[in-house]
Amino acid sequence: MQTFDLGEKGLRAMHEALHAQSQQTNETAWEIVNPKGSHAIAVGLDAPIEVTVRGSTGYYCGGMNKQATINVDGSAGPGTGENMMSGKIVIEGDASQYLGATAHGGLIVVKGNASSRCGISMKGVNIVVQGNIGHMSGFMAQSGNVVVCGDAGDALGDSCYEARFFVRGEVKSLGADCEKKEMRPEHIAFLTEILAEAGIDAKPEEFTRYGSARNLYNFDVDNAGAY
Amino acid sequence: MCGIVGLFLKDKSLEPRLGEMLTDMLITMTDRGPDSAGIAVYTDEKAGMAKLTLQAADPETAYDGLQDALSDAIGEAVSVRVVDTHAVIDLSEAKLRKARAALKEMRPDVRVMSAGEIIEIYKEVGLPGDVAKRFDIPKLEGSHGIGHTRMATESAVTTLGAHPFSTGMDQCLVHNGSLSNHNSLRRKLAREGVTVETENDTEVAAAYLTWKMQEGSTLGEALESGLDDLDGFYTFVVGTKDGFGVVRDPIACKPAVMAETDQYVAFGSEYRALVSLPGIEDAKVWEPEPATVYFWNH
Repeated sequence: MQTFDLGEKGLRAMHEALHAQSQQTNETAWEIVNPKGSHAIAVGLDAPIEVTVRGSTGYYCGGMNKQATINVDGSAGPGTGENMMSGKIVIEGDASQYLGATAHGGLIVVKGNASSRCGISMKGVNIVVQGNIGHMSGFMAQSGNVVVCGDAGDALGDSCYEARFFVRGEVKSLGADCEKKEMRPEHIAFLTEILAEAGIDAKPEEFTRYGSARNLYNFDVDNAGAY
Repeated sequence: MCGIVGLFLKDKSLEPRLGEMLTDMLITMTDRGPDSAGIAVYTDEKAGMAKLTLQAADPETAYDGLQDALSDAIGEAVSVRVVDTHAVIDLSEAKLRKARAALKEMRPDVRVMSAGEIIEIYKEVGLPGDVAKRFDIPKLEGSHGIGHTRMATESAVTTLGAHPFSTGMDQCLVHNGSLSNHNSLRRKLAREGVTVETENDTEVAAAYLTWKMQEGSTLGEALESGLDDLDGFYTFVVGTKDGFGVVRDPIACKPAVMAETDQYVAFGSEYRALVSLPGIEDAKVWEPEPATVYFWNH
C-alpha cells in the first residue's frame, strides 16, 4: 500500500503520482491521508487502482474517474464523481449535492445520505444510496439507475429521460413528467445484482420504480405549463 | 460565491479561543471570498453597559479627542478603543441613544457598524488573513461569532459592502448568494420607516429581519417569514445577543455544512472550514435542509 500525505505534499503531487499509474501498474493500492475536505481529490484517474481517502473530501472527489475504485472513509463534498466514466466510488458517510452529475458509467455507493440534485443529468452511471436522497434528484437524468434504500426528497426525476429510479421508502413528490412504474422481473434481477455489488442488504421486492412518463420529450405548446 | 463561518460555543472554557478559532475558519474560506472579510463577535455581558462599533475612512481625525468629546456630550464617561479603522465605544446602556445622536452631530462621517449590549463588528476590504491581522481578531473572546469572506456580486467592493450587516441591537447577518427582490423590498421597508444605508442586497435582508423582530417576531419566526418574502439565492447565518440561526432558500444551491459537539455548534460554507475545530472527527456533521430554520440559544 502506498500512503500519500495530502496535507504535506499537496494536491498536484498526489495527482502526478496517481496519474502516472498505467494499466500494468504494480502499485494498485493507495491511501490518501489528511484530506481535510480538500477539493478535487483523485480526479481524472485512468488505471485499475484502488484509492482510499482517510477522511472527508471537498468538491469533485473522483470526478471524471475511469477504472479506478475510490473509497472515501468519511463524507464527500459537492459534485463527487462528476462526469465519472467507469470504476467505482464508495462513500462511507454522506454525500453533498449533485453527486454523480452527468456521470456516464461506473458505480457510486453512499452508505449514508446523499443531498440534493443527486444524479442530475446522469448519463449511464449507477448510484446506490443506503440512506435518503435530497430534492431535485435525477433532474434531467438521461440513463442509468438511482437506487435509494431510504426516502427521496421533492421533485424526484424532474424532466428525466430514460434513467430509472428505485426507491424503497417514501418519495416526497415527483417532478414534472416523472411517474411510478411497475416492477417487472428484470427490475428485480437488476436490483438483486446492483445491491450485491454495492454490498447493501435490502430486499429488491420492497422497492418502487419511477421513470419518465415521456410526455415532455418533444415540445408541444399544450404542455408549456408543465416545463 | 462567498464564504461563511459561524461558531456558537456551548462550553465556556472555549470562549477565550473564539477569535482564534473563527480566524482559522475564516482564512480557510479565503478562496470563496478574497475581496473583503468581516466578523461579528458577542463578548461578555456587563450589566447596564452597551457597545458601539464605529468605522471611519480617516480614523486619525475621526477618533482624535472623541473619548473626551463624547463623554462631555452625554455627561458620562465613555471609553473609546481604536482598532485600525474601527473604534469600539463602551458606555452605559442608558446613554446609548444620546451617544448615537451626539456622534451624528460631531462626527457625521463616522459610520456606526453595530450597536448593542455585547456585539462588536470588524470588517474591511482585503484578504481575510490581512483583515484578521489588522483587527487582531484571534485575540477576541466571546460566546459566539459569525464571519464572512466576500466575493462581490450585487454591489461594489467597499468596507460598507462587506458583511456582517447589523441593522438592529445586537443583531447581525451574513449572506452567501444574491437576492433578486432587494430593490422592491428596500422601498417597502422605507415605507415602514426602516432605512437601509447601502445599495447592498444583504443589508436589505438584515433590515427585513430587524423589522420583523421589531414587529414582535422571534428570530425563528422572522426567518420563517423571510422564506416567503425574500426572493433569490441565500444561505443566511444570523446572530442575536444570545443566539445563532441558519436558513437556506428552498433551492439550496449555496453550500452549507454544520457540525455539533457537546462543546459547540459550527457552521461553514464547506467542511474544510471546520477541520481544525476540536473534536471534529467525532462531531455530528450535516447539511442544513432547504427552507428549514435552525437556531440555537444560550
